[in-house]
Amino acid sequence: MFSLEGITTATQDWLLIKFNPTIALAIECVIVILLSITLFAFLGLVLVLMERKVAARIQIRLGPNRVGPGGIFQTAADTLKLIMKEGLIPDNADKFLFNLAPFVVMMVAMLLLAPIAFAKNFQIWDINIGVLYISAISSLSVIGILMAGWASNNKYSLLGAMRSGAQIVSYELSAGFAVLTIVVLTGSLQISEIVAAQENGWWLFKGHIPVIIAFVLYIIAVTAETNRAPFDLAEAESELTAGFHTEYSGMKFALFFLAEYINIFIVCAIGATLFLGGWMPLHIGHWESFNHIMDYIPSSIWFMGKTFFLIFLIMWFRWTFPRLRVDQLLNLEWKYLLPISLFNLLLVTVIAIMGWHF
Amino acid sequence: MFLKDYILDVYNGVSSLLKGMRKTGYYFTHPKEIITEQYPDNRATLKLADRFKGEVIMPHDDNNEHACTGCTACEIACPNGTIKVVTKSEVNAEGKKKKAVDALVYRLELCTMCNLCVIACPSDAIKMAPNFEHSVFDRTKLTKILNQPGSKIREGIE
Repeated sequence: MFSLEGITTATQDWLLIKFNPTIALAIECVIVILLSITLFAFLGLVLVLMERKVAARIQIRLGPNRVGPGGIFQTAADTLKLIMKEGLIPDNADKFLFNLAPFVVMMVAMLLLAPIAFAKNFQIWDINIGVLYISAISSLSVIGILMAGWASNNKYSLLGAMRSGAQIVSYELSAGFAVLTIVVLTGSLQISEIVAAQENGWWLFKGHIPVIIAFVLYIIAVTAETNRAPFDLAEAESELTAGFHTEYSGMKFALFFLAEYINIFIVCAIGATLFLGGWMPLHIGHWESFNHIMDYIPSSIWFMGKTFFLIFLIMWFRWTFPRLRVDQLLNLEWKYLLPISLFNLLLVTVIAIMGWHF
Repeated sequence: MFLKDYILDVYNGVSSLLKGMRKTGYYFTHPKEIITEQYPDNRATLKLADRFKGEVIMPHDDNNEHACTGCTACEIACPNGTIKVVTKSEVNAEGKKKKAVDALVYRLELCTMCNLCVIACPSDAIKMAPNFEHSVFDRTKLTKILNQPGSKIREGIE
């Protein structure tokens, strides 16, 4: 059976035979860096194409269909175009911050990749405070966005960045509470233990209605956190041209664009890990043969399938719902999501203490 | 009561969002709904919408007869002087003098396809046609005379 665990173990054994442990570790680091950069580039191409295809189908259009069979090379061609374009810097921009901002945003996305379990025993860094690490790092991306908005010396950029700041700061709360419900149920912040706790059923099924509510809250909050429609008023095309990245062009714009999609992937991966069991296959009670067949599907495919299902859900939101006004956005968070998630957390705590979950 | 309103608010909001998602989900899962026409490729089988407005035409029947009485209602209705009706006097079968259309001059380059002339026409002599390939190299070719040479008004139209 195909498994990524086997490949990593074999590679490590081979490196330890050939080199001394320090050099082997260094080589492993290089391999991991290369792999994550490759994953980033690949995800950027795939997700942008997926977004365009999903948008087209939902709007009863065909979408990109000229470059390559079914338009699958469209995003590669777009990337090539962006690489060759000139990266303009506005006259009165703060050049240092202007150039730094896309890298900050990108770096945050890269750091978030570390604790995600892509398959069984296939994880870059199984840190024991994984969930805390994720929520701490993911709120850093607002610094990059504010930096970009401030350094551009453009009123639209600044407005977009300010809106984005208000949005991320407030929605971080309900995303945090939604994540906390799972932490309360599992009793651990470590990603591998959270996944292991879902061996006999995903939390979405095991945790009754409160976990389903937490899941819905999580999806809403992360949609807002990644600045996507219906919460995309940080870059609202019709009001602010493009928000914080109005002045960016060429490869720096591409980095912002890439970071947006990588962030979507990461929040969906975390959502899949917490609520849908990460790489755990779907098991139903005592259907032994059914469970056995499910075990044959590699864990990496389970993880990717769940993640892409959540990504599709978020894309579905984007192309269905109209954009919120900024006061509606903050109303939704402070008057609806936050009270509901606080009450929900209390409910889950009671369930966890009394042991009412399956 | 406050709590009831609050819960009702949440319920109504969520259900209306789900209604929208059901519609878009239906479109996503039913590719046959796609309305895109791949125009230059399917030029022969192109299917345009029924109400597509491309230019004003005057339908003629097999006897080269049209329904235009030369009343100039279309010329009056036109907001930007696209249509100019040139009339003439004609002697009909009973020996009476009668006004008839000599040339209905239509200038496509001025037309905004607003459809007001078609609405104004009392005898349904003109209508909108779904032609859109109007590109020419010479601007004068866009000025058209809609009634065909030698055509006359159909019997029984006043």
